[in-house]
Amino acid sequence: MSARLKILRPGVGVTVQDFGRRNFRALGVALSGALDPVLLAAANGLTGAPKGAAGLEILLAAPELRASEGAAQIGLAGDLVGMIERPDGERQQISSWRGVVLREGDTLTLKLGRGLAYLGFSGGLDLPEILGSRSTFLRAGFGGVEGRCLRAGDALACGAAEGGDVFAPPLIHEAGPIRFILGPQDDHFSPESLQKFVQARWRVGPDSDRMGLRLIGPRLAHTMKGGNIVSDGATPGAIQVPGDGQPIVLRADCQTSGGYAKIGCVISADLPRLAHLAPGDVLSFIEVDHEKAATARRRAREMFDGWRARISPTGWLDERKLWTENLIGGATSGENEGFR
Amino acid sequence: MSDRRAEPEKPLAPRILALGDAAATVHFAAQIAPDVHARVRAFCAALAAARIVGVEEWAPAFGSATVWYDPDQIAFAELALLLAALARAPGVETPDSALFEIPFCAEGDFAADLDEVARLNGLTAQDWLKNFVELTLEVYMLGFQPGFAYLGVLPEALSVPRLATPRPKIPAGSVAVADSMCAAYPYQSPGGWRLIGRTPAPLFDVTNEGRPALLSPGDRVRWRAVSRAEFLALEGRCGADDFRIEE
Repeated sequence: MSARLKILRPGVGVTVQDFGRRNFRALGVALSGALDPVLLAAANGLTGAPKGAAGLEILLAAPELRASEGAAQIGLAGDLVGMIERPDGERQQISSWRGVVLREGDTLTLKLGRGLAYLGFSGGLDLPEILGSRSTFLRAGFGGVEGRCLRAGDALACGAAEGGDVFAPPLIHEAGPIRFILGPQDDHFSPESLQKFVQARWRVGPDSDRMGLRLIGPRLAHTMKGGNIVSDGATPGAIQVPGDGQPIVLRADCQTSGGYAKIGCVISADLPRLAHLAPGDVLSFIEVDHEKAATARRRAREMFDGWRARISPTGWLDERKLWTENLIGGATSGENEGFR
Repeated sequence: MSDRRAEPEKPLAPRILALGDAAATVHFAAQIAPDVHARVRAFCAALAAARIVGVEEWAPAFGSATVWYDPDQIAFAELALLLAALARAPGVETPDSALFEIPFCAEGDFAADLDEVARLNGLTAQDWLKNFVELTLEVYMLGFQPGFAYLGVLPEALSVPRLATPRPKIPAGSVAVADSMCAAYPYQSPGGWRLIGRTPAPLFDVTNEGRPALLSPGDRVRWRAVSRAEFLALEGRCGADDFRIEE
């Protein structure tokens, strides 16, 4: 059994992503995958999709789609609100942390709020795996739908809806400074520069994308060793500092190697938080060791498992309660870091 | 992506450097040199043979290799000890590499920078190419784009600095040089390397799951200059196996 969805309006920066393309980095292939794998897993969890399933990442503006064949369950994670319109004209408001069944002919219109968001689909999006992943890699034009962002008229296949509507409390990332581990080239920076790096409030620059975030702040001077290195391995989270002293934090589509000195690298538990930073947002960093990173990973996993255990069938009373108490009260983490 | 010729560095014990909490870089030397690279490759071969639980994948670079791992399965401190032992005494012979002879056309707009490259080296374009095709280059690493192989090392007499202002668009298949390196672009992209030709060879093919990249680290490459007519005859009609002349 399967369902088909037709893209009526493509949104902006909407791509198919799963959890990344592993095992080809020695050949220069970027990891790719969801910028926030926790929210993609949440969106999948709201549809009963299998672990690792591909969904849609909504980076800048949400799409509008119609169930053109069969019924599909859609999970919404992130800051989304929208409307389902039935063929008979009936309308139902909908927002995130819901799994809803779209019956044949239903149209789903969405609006993206802060950060980025994900749509999960029953059974996951059915697309061919390219080098072991369905993730879209825009720069080389492969994966997802022909290696590109969605377009109007695209048809996506997924598994048929098996359950009914569900809801869950909002899944909110931890707040506070972004945690990183020093190195590998911290010896290219003076103690003053290292101190400046953790004391500064960094602003996200305008030309930030799935490859990286450009940060604007005080200039980080290099030691005599300079800002260039003989190229070595790079990975999402790595914080490169080129000669201009302005850091670039790499994200999922980053190159597998780089020739700029890396002052540090964001820990895996905080990579999802980087996903929600947009130009103009402000962030700061704090150094941690491997032990603290392991604790943060464990905590993030426990939080997700706890959240997942609270996915429940929708009841009209619960639903109303959820919107008035949880979502509205707990959706943002305050001005300090600009992430959820 | 800096490929500068580094100052010679005294051989030191390899250092294991954290790259976040799920990767580590094994650093041998900040140098682009055949002997350093041989150590990197020997380490990667030894790592493959060691099958360390928790190690997911690795990528060799010029003077280092980066190892990705699952921190839920192995702690950095424990992994670092294992990697350091492998890096000091890999105990595995570097795997054999293939020799490729890859056609490229250095005519007209394909080689937009050839005259300038030759002039900077004090040569005619013809003499520059004659010297270039006699080289046997080694694949040091892949990076920048899928299948983008850094080939080196060019002798001083053929080396040129990269362009001061990168081009916004370099066509796929472009063969280019910068500093002591040569490379062919599998995909169109911006780039600051100087264009000396174009190859019809399939540099990266996602449909070839077993061997998507034409070249692997350690392979050797000789370039063969072809006419535009031959380029056009080969374009879209040649496979990866057409250019491997020696296993």
